[in-house]
Amino acid sequence: MVKPMHPTPMLDELEKGPWPSFVTGIKRLAKDNNMAVDLLGQLEHSYETRMGHWKGGTLGVIGYGGGIIPRFSEIKNPDGGYRFPDAGEFHTLRIMPAAGMHYDTNTLRQLCDVWVKHGSGLIALHGQSGDIMFQGADSASVQKAFDEFNEMGFDLGGAGPALRTSASCIGAARCEQSCFDEAKVHHLVINEFLDELHRPALPYKFKFKFSGCPNDCTNSIQRSDFATIGTWRDNIQTDDAMGQTWFAKHGVNELVNDVIGMCPTRALQLKATKDVKKSAEISSLTLDGSQSLEIDNKSCVRCMHCVNVMTGALAPGKDKGVCILIGGKSVLKIGASMGTVVVPFMKLDSDEDYENYLDLCHRVMDFFADNALEHERTGEMIDRIGLASFLEGIEVDVDANMINRPRMNPYVNMADWPVAAA
Amino acid sequence: MSQPQSAAAPVRKPVEGFLDNKKFLHPKFAANYGNWKTHDRPRPGVLHHVSKTGDEVWSIKCGTQRQMDHYTVRNLCDIADSHGEGFMRFTMRSCVEFPVSTEAKVAPLIAELEKNGFPVGGTGNSVSMVAHTQGWLHCDIPGTDASGVVKSMMDDLIDEFRHENMPNRVKLSTSCCEINCGGQADIAVVVQYTKPPKINHDLVSAICERPTVVARCPVAAIRPTIINGKPSLEVDEKKCVCCGACFPPCPPMQINDPDANKIAIWVGGKNSNARSKPTFHKLVAAGLPNNAPRWPEVNAVVRRILMAYKADGRPWERMGEWIDRIGWPAFFEKTDLPFTKHMIDDWRGGRVNLNASTHLHF
Repeated sequence: MVKPMHPTPMLDELEKGPWPSFVTGIKRLAKDNNMAVDLLGQLEHSYETRMGHWKGGTLGVIGYGGGIIPRFSEIKNPDGGYRFPDAGEFHTLRIMPAAGMHYDTNTLRQLCDVWVKHGSGLIALHGQSGDIMFQGADSASVQKAFDEFNEMGFDLGGAGPALRTSASCIGAARCEQSCFDEAKVHHLVINEFLDELHRPALPYKFKFKFSGCPNDCTNSIQRSDFATIGTWRDNIQTDDAMGQTWFAKHGVNELVNDVIGMCPTRALQLKATKDVKKSAEISSLTLDGSQSLEIDNKSCVRCMHCVNVMTGALAPGKDKGVCILIGGKSVLKIGASMGTVVVPFMKLDSDEDYENYLDLCHRVMDFFADNALEHERTGEMIDRIGLASFLEGIEVDVDANMINRPRMNPYVNMADWPVAAA
Repeated sequence: MSQPQSAAAPVRKPVEGFLDNKKFLHPKFAANYGNWKTHDRPRPGVLHHVSKTGDEVWSIKCGTQRQMDHYTVRNLCDIADSHGEGFMRFTMRSCVEFPVSTEAKVAPLIAELEKNGFPVGGTGNSVSMVAHTQGWLHCDIPGTDASGVVKSMMDDLIDEFRHENMPNRVKLSTSCCEINCGGQADIAVVVQYTKPPKINHDLVSAICERPTVVARCPVAAIRPTIINGKPSLEVDEKKCVCCGACFPPCPPMQINDPDANKIAIWVGGKNSNARSKPTFHKLVAAGLPNNAPRWPEVNAVVRRILMAYKADGRPWERMGEWIDRIGWPAFFEKTDLPFTKHMIDDWRGGRVNLNASTHLHF
């Protein structure tokens, strides 16, 4: 028997307007679902008081130390009972979607069926780290819901001071800029570190993200401790037929203003085809009967801009691999910080390449586990100890691609200079 | 709801492991994996990818409300089955992409999505859906709601979602506290606390691990103390920057306040390495009221910034790159926003953000 709706005059305002409304959705649930009825009551109370009214707690499933986000309502009656009892316990299960967030409709419906049976029927697709957030199970239902999701092949995501759920871009599945098999590496890394994911034992959270090219669609430099980004070492590839088609459609003004003028390292020049430099480091794209785009690949920083604008006519090189940046994180506590280059280039083709890569992941994770302070992210740890000490700890050699510029102060002990410079 | 378990009930052993995505890939994605050549956008909301073998796939992209009831998810599935090819994928900004293998299916699929209330767009140089957080719906520390702010904002910006009329793509985010889980964006809407935490000294010793809380403060403003004979914590309010970092580890240090919670707007965050290196967003507006349920003051400022960028940005310039060209004085002039002392960075290393040159804009 479904209980009567609470009045929700403020939330009702969010049913107006053309964008899909989450309030309308929760009201649909509330037609036969008391948890949704009370969720609306609790949320309306938040809108009235302009305050949040959930508190955390401790809750898990057998064998795991994280992955469930417990929520208990703080809105109580004078007798201590929940004012919105059917949403008094409203926990979230973080479930990892397959890499790239691909689904077939049968699987999605089956996920819905499980969640209607054991939870509220409300699903966030997806949370900011990339989990499916099944929002709203009472304490007794959490294990049952997890068991059924797990029977389908899905596993819990990370929470707390642990490896977190990771994200990879659509990459090789549908993008011409993909420089490595993002989903394969994503899959490999998560399965390698399941223990760190499921049983929190790190100083603080640790995130991997995987982007197939420097467009960095997973925002890995800013949002992950360990960013793996596809790039290439050799020359930009060119397709003259597509170059001519592009030029015929867009013309010289767009070429100069939108492509050549926006190259960050002035690596592009418009030249008469007969004047294009002949060198192993130059690639060129024929634009019409007399003109070509000359690319100085030694100056190119693989930013992707020209490749984005003239996709197909220009493409990443053939000698593909990945760049690894470590230490990205959001605000707390030192201020937002981006990852810095720790491995400028690494091949990811052969089994041996993958072994080397996983070995690096282990060295970084071990160093973090042993050396970070409690509640300290990798970026803060590197800030505290210096990049050079970190590199020594993870056994990676210094490289001038790791810096914007050398230091501009003399405050360093140089006693071992002869050894380092030898 | 809970059933008493009999003593003999076996404990199910979980199967730990990350599900392979291969079985969820659209057949065209699987067949052309790693072998794509180029793409174009025949119209806003549609991506057309061509592989090196000439194989083609069209992906139709629509927006959603992110927090979806299962009826909405099933509705999307029904559309994928009746007008698509039974597969879909989600983007990081909660949009859905439906791949189809013939161009003939594109227009009917768009019509069906729009008929069911899912706006089609969000590709290329449009305003995409807002990356957002949990807010009052589910977070334990939120200063505002996320879904409500986003719904109000996207109602206002839906035309910019449906059309590609911006100089370059525009990524938005919202965050319900200063931790900024919504992430860096061209325009980010983030709660800004304006008062130090209010401490319930009766509860601190029972709930909070005091050294942890002291260590969490970025400006060392918290110290242990004894209040009414009980161990507690006190805040040096002259030092406090009202960031709220103490609140998660110590809920009796309440940072939220219905009137003192304000909303700030930040611009010029960029994730991509294209052209310029990635950048963080910068503070350009603050003091906006936390005005549930529709946050009209926030929407007005977001719109004003967007329209200035739309009018003045050059093709391919992201928000931050546009401002780099025109300069901050022109940005504040064109958006009619006040520039205040609070925007001058005094955090550690902040002098690097001051102008140490005679490069001036007039």
